[in-house]
Amino acid sequence: MSEDIALSIRHLHKKFRLPHERKNSLKERVIHFSKPTYETLHVLNDINLEIKRGEFFGIVGRNGSGKSTLLKIIGGIYQPTSGHIQVNGTLTPFIELGIGFNPELTGRENVFLNGAILGLTRKEIIQKYQEIVDFAELEKFMDQRIKNYSSGMQVRLAFSIAMQAHNDILLIDEVLAVGDASFQRKCFEKFRQIKKSGKTIIFVTHDMGAVQEFCDRAMMIQDSRVISVGEPRGIALRYELANARNSASDEETTQLIRPQSPAIKIADLKLLANSKQTRRFSIKDDIDAEITLDVRQPTATQINMYFLKADGTYLAGINSTNELGDEYTPSKGTHKLRCHISAGQFVKGDYRIGIGLYTPGYVPEIIDILDASYGSKDLDITFVDKSLYKDGTFYIKGEWSKRGDL
Amino acid sequence: MRLNDVWKSSNRSLIRELVVSDFKLRYQNSVLGYLWSLLRPMMLFGVLYVVFTYVIKVGRGVPYYPSYLLLGIVLWTFFIESTISGMNAITGRGDLVRKVSIPKYAIVVSTTMSAFVNLCLNMVVVVAFMIFSHVPFRPTILIAPLFIGELMVLSMGVSFLLAALFVKYRDFSHIWEVILQVLFYATPIIYPLTLPPLKIAKWMSISPLTQIFQDVRSLMITPQTLTTKEVFDSQVGRIIPILIVIFVAIVGGLYFRARSRYFAEDL
Repeated sequence: MSEDIALSIRHLHKKFRLPHERKNSLKERVIHFSKPTYETLHVLNDINLEIKRGEFFGIVGRNGSGKSTLLKIIGGIYQPTSGHIQVNGTLTPFIELGIGFNPELTGRENVFLNGAILGLTRKEIIQKYQEIVDFAELEKFMDQRIKNYSSGMQVRLAFSIAMQAHNDILLIDEVLAVGDASFQRKCFEKFRQIKKSGKTIIFVTHDMGAVQEFCDRAMMIQDSRVISVGEPRGIALRYELANARNSASDEETTQLIRPQSPAIKIADLKLLANSKQTRRFSIKDDIDAEITLDVRQPTATQINMYFLKADGTYLAGINSTNELGDEYTPSKGTHKLRCHISAGQFVKGDYRIGIGLYTPGYVPEIIDILDASYGSKDLDITFVDKSLYKDGTFYIKGEWSKRGDL
Repeated sequence: MRLNDVWKSSNRSLIRELVVSDFKLRYQNSVLGYLWSLLRPMMLFGVLYVVFTYVIKVGRGVPYYPSYLLLGIVLWTFFIESTISGMNAITGRGDLVRKVSIPKYAIVVSTTMSAFVNLCLNMVVVVAFMIFSHVPFRPTILIAPLFIGELMVLSMGVSFLLAALFVKYRDFSHIWEVILQVLFYATPIIYPLTLPPLKIAKWMSISPLTQIFQDVRSLMITPQTLTTKEVFDSQVGRIIPILIVIFVAIVGGLYFRARSRYFAEDL
């Protein structure tokens, strides 16, 4: 494994054998003489992953998708059923804050206990004690039992200790759900510092805002498999789409369902080049997307038009909040909007577009959506370019020139 | 678990913190605090002393019988305390086992150490009682810790075995309770080893508990204690129980090590 890879996972599988009726005693073993029957649960199915040193890597997925199991295997708490996992450097052995915290002990005593559980020696804890207390801002409370702490204070203390654990790779599972906004900011500030010092952070969360703001890369796990690895914005969108599907229908269908009678409906979409409707563009064309909104109930919304690769990878989106404001609220009736996209930003190839109306905020809900994965058709577009000199994923603006022969 | 990990200072710190916090927590919110750890064996001693010196006079032939009895009870208390808490160590600390990859053996060792702290406190009471009863002090008392060490190794081995078994089979709490009852009467704690016929005494002496208790008593209280060595009339007699201790420790340790990878999932 090369030096700049912090963690490499190859063909990792994890199966849990769940006995149909838990036989936890000898009596049951003896009475039910027949072999116990098991149900095998395939929790992680062929996970492959490489995380680079110094990366801030997010793992998202719904409850039960297997992401916490993956984190536990990375942390050495569970054993993989098969596959390889290689860790370059030391790893925080914990996935939760404040493990072993005892409410009956004082803050000070818990620092020593929790620190020891995280692998610090007593000497190291004594050295770092003041720093821990200062960061947690709990100087006056250290001799009180932590059962008298607020949950925010407990998390602050736990976080401060955890940050002192020495390791190259930090595993964090949903820790920032508690604590006030200013402390959360402080935590992320600390993460940035840790990242700057060359350490790797693996972060499991539901907070798409945090994923987009802090992660370099992210991964989405669904139904025990890696669905997508890549740029956080795209992963966050996929996650939101998957979530919206789930709230739309409890059944597991591969086809997402577009909201049935939304407050605002996207009634029509026209794509124009040079005022002519088309799905085939020259790379020199400006694109105008005209959408018609049928507003049944005035609702604040942000509109995102986005481009996907043919395989569904999210490429880029353009959000309406810049021009229309954070809380654009169209009145009842029909409205036309236009999104103008200047020429010269795409390379040749097949693309797919999508348009979503979302509620404002970091973790928006879908009001209405036009997207192939929601059953909408005719969203494929093509850019043609006869020349050969621009290819790849995005259009590089630039040119070559001669600087004289030497 | 690699053997050199045992000596890593972070692991020693972990055991230390687990023992310290356990000690602090055990008597929290009780008025008498840790005095309870002295009072419990003292009360058992009081009852047994009355019964066995005034009602069933089994201790008549033994010099300094009260000290002899008290020492036996204190050692026995250590054995049951360490093995029962050792058995519960892993299941009781599911919070740690499921969420952090710490060396699991440290949790079991810490329960034995906790029991050992209580043993030390109780030993202070024993020594005080010995002074009070005018038991003559002999330099052999200095060898006694050797056998107490043997008792610790035995307790730890049993704890490892039980802790790992208990994760899978919760019956072991009941099974072990019964075994402890049997061991209590099969070990010369309340009666002297001279009481049963020699043939039975020989069988009893194979038990490491008998050997340890009798050796410690012989070194601390009175050389007239019948030890395993004397029962078999040779040093070889002492070897069998010591081999049993080593065997239990190795089997317990290996079984625990093999199972410990799966504790997090089995809990």
